[in-house]
Amino acid sequence: MYRRTVLVMLLAACLGLTACAHKPPKPSAAEQQQSTAGGEGAAAGGAAGGANANGGPFGNQNSIPGPQEGMLAKRTVYFDFDSAVIKGDGTDIVAAHAKYLSDHTDARIRLEGNTDERGSPEYNIGLGMRRAQAVRQALLLQGASAGQITVTSYGAEHPVDPAHSEDAWAKNRRVDIVYLTPGMQVPQGPQAPQPPQPPQ
Amino acid sequence: MKQTPRMATLLRMFLAVLTAAWLAAPTARAQLQIQITSGVSNPVPIAIVPFAEAPTDYTDVADVIQNDLVGSGRFTALSRDRMPAKPTNAADVKFADWKAAGSDYVVVGQVTPIAGGQLAVDFNLLNALTGQNIARQRFVGSSTALRNAAHRVSDVIYQAITGIRGAFATRIAYVAIVGQGADQRFQLVIADADGYNQHLILESRFPIMSPAWSPDGQWIAYVSFENHLSAVYVQRVLTGQRTQVSMRAGINGAPSWSPDSRKLALTLSGDSGHPQIYILDLSTQQLTRITDVPAINTEAAWSPDGRYIYFTSDRAGEPQIYRIGASPGSATERITFTDEYNAGPHLSADGKMLAMVTRDDSGNYRIAVQNVATGDFRVLTHGRLDTSPSFAPNGASIMYAVRPGQGEAGILATTSVDGLTGLSLKPTKGEVRDPSWGPFIQ
Repeated sequence: MYRRTVLVMLLAACLGLTACAHKPPKPSAAEQQQSTAGGEGAAAGGAAGGANANGGPFGNQNSIPGPQEGMLAKRTVYFDFDSAVIKGDGTDIVAAHAKYLSDHTDARIRLEGNTDERGSPEYNIGLGMRRAQAVRQALLLQGASAGQITVTSYGAEHPVDPAHSEDAWAKNRRVDIVYLTPGMQVPQGPQAPQPPQPPQ
Repeated sequence: MKQTPRMATLLRMFLAVLTAAWLAAPTARAQLQIQITSGVSNPVPIAIVPFAEAPTDYTDVADVIQNDLVGSGRFTALSRDRMPAKPTNAADVKFADWKAAGSDYVVVGQVTPIAGGQLAVDFNLLNALTGQNIARQRFVGSSTALRNAAHRVSDVIYQAITGIRGAFATRIAYVAIVGQGADQRFQLVIADADGYNQHLILESRFPIMSPAWSPDGQWIAYVSFENHLSAVYVQRVLTGQRTQVSMRAGINGAPSWSPDSRKLALTLSGDSGHPQIYILDLSTQQLTRITDVPAINTEAAWSPDGRYIYFTSDRAGEPQIYRIGASPGSATERITFTDEYNAGPHLSADGKMLAMVTRDDSGNYRIAVQNVATGDFRVLTHGRLDTSPSFAPNGASIMYAVRPGQGEAGILATTSVDGLTGLSLKPTKGEVRDPSWGPFIQ
């Protein structure tokens, strides 16, 4: 089982790297299904034409997997500057997804924390993780289980609006909820593979 | 879980395929263009006379040297049309003429073919005021290494006149972002310190961050988000061979090399919102946790003597720089107290100066340096969003990333540590960020 997941992971990692081929690879069906809701923040915030709004490296507007009914169609939770407190309709969005995860124990999501562009890049990775963890904790408190949730933080590296303005920054301070296709999750945790050839 | 032999084989095959692809990867297309943005008030006047060079494989060696020296802010060069003569041998230099033209120093030289298809670059540095020959040296290399030979000449001249070791014949690594939408690519690029001679060592659809040269110059550590999740890799510069060294749950970030290039300090979060600093021994894979305060702890920077790890933490509310002994259970000491936001520490090679990102009262993020011993704190840059400071190996200047205003792409820039001289390195297309200045090349 583990061997198979390693193979899947290697394949997936290879697809993510254009270095695997001399020309950019076409996204596979699996990758399309696994694509993030990266464009959704832009759509919700009303920004058009951003780097990710038109099906960028992370996003694919054509097929966003997961439930689409009512509040569940909303996949982005926004935050104030330097804050990891879920605000406004973020509370309702999180509650809806918590209920869905609780009702569908086979569903898996990835929470992607993001910040605006200001400040030191790796510190922003920390801030993005704090936001993703705030959403994770809220989901767990409302019935989701830990095994359903993977967290990552892109810090300031994945803006939905690349502009340098207060408006853009507000759209970029967010956590995206991304539903994953069964069987495609990357194994995480202490069993992650160790390098075969460490430098001496 | 133990790694089975078959898995190890698979991983090796995977690495081999990637390595081959990288070696064949084309040079990044976006060149960097240098522009001097400010200079010092009393630069040393020098004349770099065009070298005697064969027309084949022509590299204007004197021009490369002149750009290095003038770009340092410590020199001003006599333009070629104002030179009283174009000598290429020390014996032909008439000192009075150069003194009259306002040059304190004159550099003359030749590029000549020698045995084995190699080229020899010979030069003389002359003091026009005293008539002394201050430095003369020969550098030998292939025609493709002429720019490097010119940078080595610059290093000798710079040290002879300023007393500071030159860092022109060094390299930088940085991240370039090219393309839009579905064609957007993140590239990890290595180039000469003046932005020339670029080599693409990794390209990905997903973010690449935080490249860090090992102190021995052989490795680059970086963060890559392949398949959405962060992992830390080390990649051998010469061969392109890379190894994933951390892909644990949550954050795998901010790698910083130990002085002996055998360990990495890095940031791991696990399933927690409190990332912590760990030390990973690259030969044994042993992981040692260093920080334990429930806050953001990240951006480790190893002190060059190996005793301390400087890092960013918001344990007091706002991010500040702290340092902790590089062993478990060590005491922590707060280092920065000026301004409410200080992050992204990087130490000079002598360990005496700490560079960081600071936020001023108007919300501008700028590069500052603090004298580690005295606490003296100075803001060096004037941008809106300046980040990612990295010291030149001679400590004379700092390279950093600039995110300019509306409609402008991110560029790299350098500032002298006194803040008086600035240079920008602008890509012809796309944007660049996250510079790491490599060590001296022996």
